[in-house]
Amino acid sequence: MKRVSTVLAAAALAAAALAAGLSGPASADTTLTVAMTAGDIPITTGIPDQGSEGVRFIGYSLYDALVLFDLSRSDKASDIRPGLATSWNIDPANQKRWIFHLREGVKWHDGCPFTAEDVVWNFQRILNKDSPQFDAFQFALGRTYAGNVQSVDKIDDHTVAFNMDRVHSLFPYLLPQIMLISRCNAEKLRYDRNALMFAPSGTGPYRYSRMVAHERLELDANKDYWDKDRIPGHDHLVLLPMPEASTRAAALLSGQVNFIEAPVPDAIPRLKAAGMNVITNTYPHNWAYQLNFVKGPMTDIKVRQAANYAINRDDVVELLGGTAIAGYTTAPPGMPYYGNPVKYKYDPAKATALLKEAGCYPCKINLAISTSGSGQMQPLPMNELVKSQLDAVGFETTLTSMDWNALLNISRGGVDKFPDFTGVNISRNLVDPFNGIVRHVWTGQWAPVGGNWGHFSSPETESLIGQIFGEFDDAKRMGLLTQLHEKMSEQAVMIWVAHDLNPRALSPKLKGFVQAQSWFQDLTRITVEP
Amino acid sequence: MINLLIRRIFYAVPIAFGVSVVCFSLVYLAPGDPLQTILPSDASAETIALVKAAYGFDQPLPIQFLKWLGRVMLGDFGQSIATRRPVSLEVMGALHNTATLALFAVPIAFSTGFSMGAIAGCFPGSWLDRLLTGTAVIGVSLPNYWFGIVLVILFAVEAMVLPATGMGANGSDGFSIFRWADARFMVLPVITLSMVPIGIIARSTRAAVSEVMGQDFVSTLRAKGLSEPAIIRHVLKNALPQVLAVMGLQFGYLMGGSILVETVFTWPGSGFLLSKAIINRDVPVLQGTILMLALIFVATNLLVDLAQSLIDPRIRRT
Repeated sequence: MKRVSTVLAAAALAAAALAAGLSGPASADTTLTVAMTAGDIPITTGIPDQGSEGVRFIGYSLYDALVLFDLSRSDKASDIRPGLATSWNIDPANQKRWIFHLREGVKWHDGCPFTAEDVVWNFQRILNKDSPQFDAFQFALGRTYAGNVQSVDKIDDHTVAFNMDRVHSLFPYLLPQIMLISRCNAEKLRYDRNALMFAPSGTGPYRYSRMVAHERLELDANKDYWDKDRIPGHDHLVLLPMPEASTRAAALLSGQVNFIEAPVPDAIPRLKAAGMNVITNTYPHNWAYQLNFVKGPMTDIKVRQAANYAINRDDVVELLGGTAIAGYTTAPPGMPYYGNPVKYKYDPAKATALLKEAGCYPCKINLAISTSGSGQMQPLPMNELVKSQLDAVGFETTLTSMDWNALLNISRGGVDKFPDFTGVNISRNLVDPFNGIVRHVWTGQWAPVGGNWGHFSSPETESLIGQIFGEFDDAKRMGLLTQLHEKMSEQAVMIWVAHDLNPRALSPKLKGFVQAQSWFQDLTRITVEP
Repeated sequence: MINLLIRRIFYAVPIAFGVSVVCFSLVYLAPGDPLQTILPSDASAETIALVKAAYGFDQPLPIQFLKWLGRVMLGDFGQSIATRRPVSLEVMGALHNTATLALFAVPIAFSTGFSMGAIAGCFPGSWLDRLLTGTAVIGVSLPNYWFGIVLVILFAVEAMVLPATGMGANGSDGFSIFRWADARFMVLPVITLSMVPIGIIARSTRAAVSEVMGQDFVSTLRAKGLSEPAIIRHVLKNALPQVLAVMGLQFGYLMGGSILVETVFTWPGSGFLLSKAIINRDVPVLQGTILMLALIFVATNLLVDLAQSLIDPRIRRT
């Protein structure tokens, strides 16, 4: 009998659902509700996980770094700007020592003042495994950016010095990824990381309000934020993990959220038809194949050039519904170090001729690809298209597909551990010049130490990189970076395919969003109409 | 009966141990590495080594297994790599959310499926049989994630009468099935989740009922002049043990949560948790969730065995 009544209740529930209207509670507050592509809420204990999306939504909301990216413009690539540090310079007496002058009058969300001790404490947290605040997870997430820091000293209450293990002119570009947390708060919570997750304290434009683990993170506007230009134009920010693309689109169309990340190309016409604003912009993203320079056909520059000539990038852009631009180089056009690189425009006849000249016809190659993954766009159809284009000019391409983790394993292991792959298809961000270009061709980054998967080296690039690290004049360094970028193209160090345009869809009720040419975005400028 | 219960519980212990070995080993057989996702894509070997040591993944697998098993025996499933929350908390929270769906999906699926199968089985070959069996086949054949997306398009996007995703403004904290503002978030996932079990149970019931209908004792009952409803009651009782076994499996399926359905509806249940743990290679969560789900299956099978032997005394003698 109980079962029958339960069934009847359920049936009544379902029937009522079909008949009932959708009505939300009226509120004077305005809320920006974002559907992220992440499968979970990025961690809130400092440097976020979940890749750049974590930094974008948690890092740049709850926290600040000493150096931030300028996300206020959409018409040029984002450059660094002062954050919790107002200025910085290299120690005139020691080129391995960076001096940072800290912003005065800043308070953590818990009310404690921001001090030089806090900076030292934060870097101990990711550098010194004997310190009580050391956090292995934060160490892992920050290592790429703080790996060259040997120690951090307090000079006075508002000045700190970073002692580096090498001369490193690009160091300030790495700091926007290192979010600083309140020492006061961490000590109060006795370094309990779980407690810290649910009571974070930063200096950012939003304060923590509430979190339901795995489901939603609610933040409130920090009306006392130190940067008056970035005081949020709405009252609340709600972040929802929503990995399924069709669910994100449905959530936007049904009014459950008003901002979604990465709508799939197929959904864009429907979103536009419903009046949603679909926004795209170039940003430093590179969808390409890193190549094996130790073994196999890609050791010959003619084969590398042939592969690049074989790619009809217009077809790839069409496949992606116009949400990407053709990728001929590591950096997309518009990046300050783009320069005037060689472009291997689609020329199948030339590609075939080069393969024959190289004595590799047909030319067997084996590419490691993933079925999905951060920044990988639509990896399966894109790789199938690339394979058909490569095979059409004389390659015999094998695509070895695997899940994202397995591909990361190959990427980290490097060519010595996985010599049978001719290339790996991992999208890369070019947030800063070091991670954008230097790491791919520098011998100091040969995997498994760093990001030079295929162990590329050349005397010219090595010399340029040495000069870049030692050049502290911004304009001169940019000139050297431009030369490096051009040299990478000349050497055809990758097979370049596309640069993502980073589509987002916003409810027409949202105003003021400026999509920066960056992996990070500033949500504070958005206003929400009731 | 007590002996049977003890015997069945005794059988369940090695099964549970076997499951724990399998679920510990499986996650290491997959390519990739624990901590893979929390490390940057170009993390150096030195960074990986330090983090592995910090999380205890640098020890030999048998040692890791024994330590894990020792902790599990004491109810400690470890900590999630990604969130650092206790795995038991993560798994129990997710199971609670899945059970909330199952609370409705189980009676809907079982009663609908059983009714459809029983009617079809009682009238084999009739148009009613063909209609109900055809419907059941559709229920089994439709990919449920596709069906869920279609429901979302119809009821959330076009008609805008139901929400598309999630558990509402409060999330699972404070979610109440008695408050319509919350309960309406369940409607589409429950319907989607019920489709496959309805089809499977209907087909199994139909097969069992029609088989019993063909047995000699039914002809005898009819020859004795028993009324059709009374005959059907006898038939259903005889078909029930077979159907119960299928229902047990389907109960386990519903309690385990569907990865695809929960992902489509962003429902924070055990299926969604499992999918995130797989993607993130969050080994402690993966092991804890698989083990808990396996234990639920073992417990369900135990209950089904007992229920079968209560209904059919012949089973007690085997």
